Amino acid sequence: MLEFTQQIVNGLSLGAIYALIALGYTMVYGIIKLINFAHGDIMMVGAFVGYFSLTLLGTNIMVAMVTAMIACAVLGVIIEKVAYRPLRNSTRIAALITAIGVSLFLEYITIFLLGPSQKVFPESAFPIKAYDLAGLSVLNKDIFVVVSAVVLMLILQYIIKWTKTGKAMRAVSLDQEAAVLMGISVDKTISITFAIGSALAAAAGVMYGVYYSTVNPLMGIIPGLKAFVAAVLGGIGIIPGAMVGGFLMGLLETMVSGYGSSLYRDAVAFGVLILILLIKPTGLFGKDTGEKV
Amino acid sequence: MKRNGRKKIAAFIIMVFMLAIVAGCGGETKDTGDNAGDKAEKINVGVNVELSGGVASYGSNARDGAILAIEQANADGGVLGMQINPIERDCKSVADEAMSVSAALVGEKIVAQIGPLTSGNVAGSTPVMMDNKIPLIAPAATAANVTVDDKTGATRDYIFRVCFIDPFQGTLMAQFAADNLQAKSAVIYCDNSSDYGKGLAEYFEKTFIEKGGKIVAKEGFVKDDRDFRAALTKIKGLNPDFIYVPGYYQEVAPLIKQARELGITAPIGGPDGWDSPDMVSVAGNEALNNTYFTNHYSSQDQDPNVVKFVEAYKAKYNKDPDAFAALGYDAVQIMIQGLKDAGEADSVKLTEALENITDFQGITGKMSIDEQHNPVKAGVVIEFKDGKQVMNTRIQP
Repeated sequence: MLEFTQQIVNGLSLGAIYALIALGYTMVYGIIKLINFAHGDIMMVGAFVGYFSLTLLGTNIMVAMVTAMIACAVLGVIIEKVAYRPLRNSTRIAALITAIGVSLFLEYITIFLLGPSQKVFPESAFPIKAYDLAGLSVLNKDIFVVVSAVVLMLILQYIIKWTKTGKAMRAVSLDQEAAVLMGISVDKTISITFAIGSALAAAAGVMYGVYYSTVNPLMGIIPGLKAFVAAVLGGIGIIPGAMVGGFLMGLLETMVSGYGSSLYRDAVAFGVLILILLIKPTGLFGKDTGEKV
Repeated sequence: MKRNGRKKIAAFIIMVFMLAIVAGCGGETKDTGDNAGDKAEKINVGVNVELSGGVASYGSNARDGAILAIEQANADGGVLGMQINPIERDCKSVADEAMSVSAALVGEKIVAQIGPLTSGNVAGSTPVMMDNKIPLIAPAATAANVTVDDKTGATRDYIFRVCFIDPFQGTLMAQFAADNLQAKSAVIYCDNSSDYGKGLAEYFEKTFIEKGGKIVAKEGFVKDDRDFRAALTKIKGLNPDFIYVPGYYQEVAPLIKQARELGITAPIGGPDGWDSPDMVSVAGNEALNNTYFTNHYSSQDQDPNVVKFVEAYKAKYNKDPDAFAALGYDAVQIMIQGLKDAGEADSVKLTEALENITDFQGITGKMSIDEQHNPVKAGVVIEFKDGKQVMNTRIQP
């Protein structure tokens, strides 16, 4: 029983990181129907900004996280302006391929500038405290990632549901042309969407660095893919769905490793993607609305 | 990139100077030989190593070790009454280049070739050596198929090495766990995405069971994994005496950190893929206590032979000899032993002598050449103590 509870703790903290990345994925998809494959790499850039903020500027972890979020928000807006905006009226597949191109660009420009080797996050940035709850090992960083993920999701949900910007986002998502007719600036709204999504990725990147101690230029690929599966599992485009999908993925992987075999973990994770696409392509939280005309 | 290029050019110029100096020394010794009044011939030995390119540091260190061994032998009066004449060539870390360098060396009437370092470059050089029936002694090529043909299973007649093959470290660690740590049960948590990890796990399992131990679970991870807690939690429940983690430091360092965070106190062991400063900076001093890894050699070894070698190397090059330097030194030593056994400087006779070498005492351990031309030899176990690598013991198979 103790072991099972420990596995739940493991799964939740792994899931929190997936959920944070999935939030950005799902938000961008929800507004402009683009699967931003560069999202995992923006997370990597965020992790490096956090790393340099901690080591070169000697800031604390909160300042590092905010710096990374601001830097990546700017990066996200630039990427959207340069790479995605010229393609807004071309086919979906053109935008998708561009996203893969942006992803590779970010990975290899980072390798070019900083070298391919990993960098070690300074331990002093987030001193580890272990809480022993009757044999159950819970670390302060476990609590940190889970709480941050939930808080950021709630903020995001608030922005989208109750602010004017959020209203504009939902309008653009529903029908771009009608939104323009209502006096909404589509360009501005999409820029804000990318800024928020990239800031979330940066937050996830810094947390990943704190949690796993190292950052490297290709670190975004696998978590990015897993988060994509999480977003699809919850229903891509739906904010709470990404959250639930992320936690489910984390728990699922943990349970497969813990009670099945660690050798099948990734097979199960990507098997879920295939299953969900076959059985319920809209995801757990998705409604079958049919294609808009 | 540019700066790197400039460094390479600088390194090349320094090399040319060193060559000139070495050549100068050779000339002098030859003079003394003439003065002594006999018409002493020289034994030409090819040194075909990576002095530039991706693994230049391996090649140049092995070269330094090899040249030291040759100079020491020459100072002691040479071999069979003759001086050894090293002919150094750079194979530029490229397999094709290793082949053409070998062809050029054959033209210079070498009796044996030392190097190249990597398995791929040795494979490049192999056909030339086989065709000309000249033995190649590889200092550090660890892939199994270097000395044995994968398809036919036949030993390559003229290819030898002085390092153990990778998976053999699994055998060493199993011995260490069973004999020195008194472990009865072990868990293997292995890097399943590399042949390196899988081969090591296989050898560890085999030897550990032979020693009467029990493998209670086998888990796996893949390259770039960073979260190991699920499998570690399971391992904690099994409460093994020892955990074997054959993999590279990128994954192993966070793995050990997470294991200790979860309260696993069992000793953890691994192979030379652990050998990196990042182990300490990622996992931290405390988590690394009670962890061990196997390696070819340690410069801290207190064995008198090793101490003597380290002193001589430091005096000549003003740096600590790494494993490549020690293996380069041993490659020359074993060739000299072979020449003495053969009684004449003839490639084919030298090959026969090398095949029959037993209990040769090298810097990297006592070795005997087996029928697959691999040395059966000792390895060292290095322990992390408060963030420092400390030589723990030497394991003789």
